[in-house]
Amino acid sequence: MTSLAEPTGAPAAWPDTWGDEAKPRMGFFTDTTVCIGCKACEVACKEWNLVPEDGLVWTGESYDNTSDLNANTWRHVAFIEQRKPLKLDGETATVETDAAVDPEPLRWLMESDVCKHCTHAGCLDVCPTGALFRTEFGTVVVQEDICNGCGYCVPACPFGVIDKRDLPRSPDDAPLALPLFGKNEDGRVWKCTLCYDRLKGGHEPACAKSCPTDSIQFGELDELRERAEKRLEKLRAERWNGAQLYGHDENDGVGGFGAFFLLLDEPEVYGLPPDPVVPTAHLPRLWRSTAVAAAAMFVGVAAAFIGGSE
Amino acid sequence: MTDRRPIEQGEAMKNGRPGGTTDWKGSITERGTTMDSYYGRPIVKEPVWNPEIPWYFFTGGVAGASAVLHGVAKLTGNERLSKSALYIGAAADAISPVLLIKDLGRPERFLHMMRMFKVTSPMSVGSWILLASSGAANTAAALELLGILKPVKVMANAVSFLTGPPLATYTGALVANTAIPVWSEARDELPWLFGASAAASAGAAAAIFTPVEHAGPARRAAVAGTVAELGLMQAMEHRLGFVGEVYKKGEAGRFAKLSKACTVAGSTLIALKGKRSRTAAVAGGALVLAGEVALRWSVFKAGFQSARDPRYTVLPQRERLSKRKKGAQ
Repeated sequence: MTSLAEPTGAPAAWPDTWGDEAKPRMGFFTDTTVCIGCKACEVACKEWNLVPEDGLVWTGESYDNTSDLNANTWRHVAFIEQRKPLKLDGETATVETDAAVDPEPLRWLMESDVCKHCTHAGCLDVCPTGALFRTEFGTVVVQEDICNGCGYCVPACPFGVIDKRDLPRSPDDAPLALPLFGKNEDGRVWKCTLCYDRLKGGHEPACAKSCPTDSIQFGELDELRERAEKRLEKLRAERWNGAQLYGHDENDGVGGFGAFFLLLDEPEVYGLPPDPVVPTAHLPRLWRSTAVAAAAMFVGVAAAFIGGSE
Repeated sequence: MTDRRPIEQGEAMKNGRPGGTTDWKGSITERGTTMDSYYGRPIVKEPVWNPEIPWYFFTGGVAGASAVLHGVAKLTGNERLSKSALYIGAAADAISPVLLIKDLGRPERFLHMMRMFKVTSPMSVGSWILLASSGAANTAAALELLGILKPVKVMANAVSFLTGPPLATYTGALVANTAIPVWSEARDELPWLFGASAAASAGAAAAIFTPVEHAGPARRAAVAGTVAELGLMQAMEHRLGFVGEVYKKGEAGRFAKLSKACTVAGSTLIALKGKRSRTAAVAGGALVLAGEVALRWSVFKAGFQSARDPRYTVLPQRERLSKRKKGAQ
């Protein structure tokens, strides 16, 4: 219990559980500074993983019509239009951004968001069936033949990534064993698998493969982290406004992300939590409190018998 | 499926929609701080649980506390009360798993809950507690009804007696162990709140089904439970501060008000007239039960409201970060 969400760089019990089959931990480094918002990642993900269509709407929110990550969107490109200089010299815009010409220069941020494959994953921790598991690559994947749609992982994710899919069941599906509770929907939870099937075959995930600018970089996590630090140094030297790594720190509330980011503004601008913490970090204390509350309830009800039957 | 309707234009502008001016940045929050958001969209997902879940929180509470009521009544020789509590508990214990299975996205796979015991998942732990408690309480009630196999009945009663209290409080841990701010931040209060609500519910139910001359302990449990619960609710809202304001808003707010009105009226009626008048005990008990159902619904709805507004997710985290930064300096 005490080992829950301790600030370590490795997921609990991983990779020991895999023995000889263990592989280096794989992940994504999404460098948003070179993202051009082409959404090839969204499309490639949908095609490879057979992710269903999830509504065709115009949101009016820049070029983003996908809005968020959910059961049917595993890569989501965020678009942010800002009146902020791209580069800063101290507090003022640099000459490069033509601050003299336009005092309110526009910058257009794009970020391809994805499941973070957390070192301490809330979804995996709370899954009561074991449908969510840690693969030999250190990624977090749902086994769809095990998931019974309890939905606990959905509010347990600090990033709002995993979600329940409600779609008509295919006519080929086996009839439900309990007609009394008949449901006409998929009912299970879905999220990015970091293309587990492709990894098994020695390929990189579909999104990374399709990314034309290498904004999405796939590889061994340790190497990606080094690469990201170098990139950040370069951007800082070039005075890029707001450049920061997100999910790179092994000591953060989820033990670092398996898929981390280089952002150009605060995380919340991109719809990301600034200080995510895995819910189970508080669980030892929560269990103690629950046990004491149970005992108190017991004593309280027993005390009601003082004074006899009347 | 996630609600992907575009948020209202006015709302979007307020929440920091990129516009043509420099002051697009951030909504002015009620605490006077500014915050960026992505078109005002939520960060954490709303739960996908259905109405079965708050009803289960209620029935699970009734079942858990009734098991204790039954056991202690039996030990103190109050046969009449012990019988009421036994059957109330068994009924609640029978409904509970049905509600939970019905809520699953794949009900036919409910046995997958029994694939493992996982201490990091309050739902896994709770499934096992409910399995034991529900099985034991229903076995005991059936054997009592049939008047056979006394040793087995005693064993079943013992199991139900011991699993009752955790059954009543683990649901608090279940919702607290999420990323929903109003649930997660209330981790010190929720198991206690749910325990108090369970005691009040079981007491009220037993007071309805037991003649007044035997129902003293049930009435006292109901009154003490509601008093404790009102205090805990107050303490929780106070400590939560900004995050807790959802208990004053929308559906959660309405349920909270309804709950307060019903429990106060019901427990007052029980305390003042319940000893002499069965009618008063029944009316008061029904009011308390209604109040407890409303309480579970209030907590349930608060979680949805809390997830929907990114301010509740971002601002406490920002506060935490700036505190840490100050500490590091």
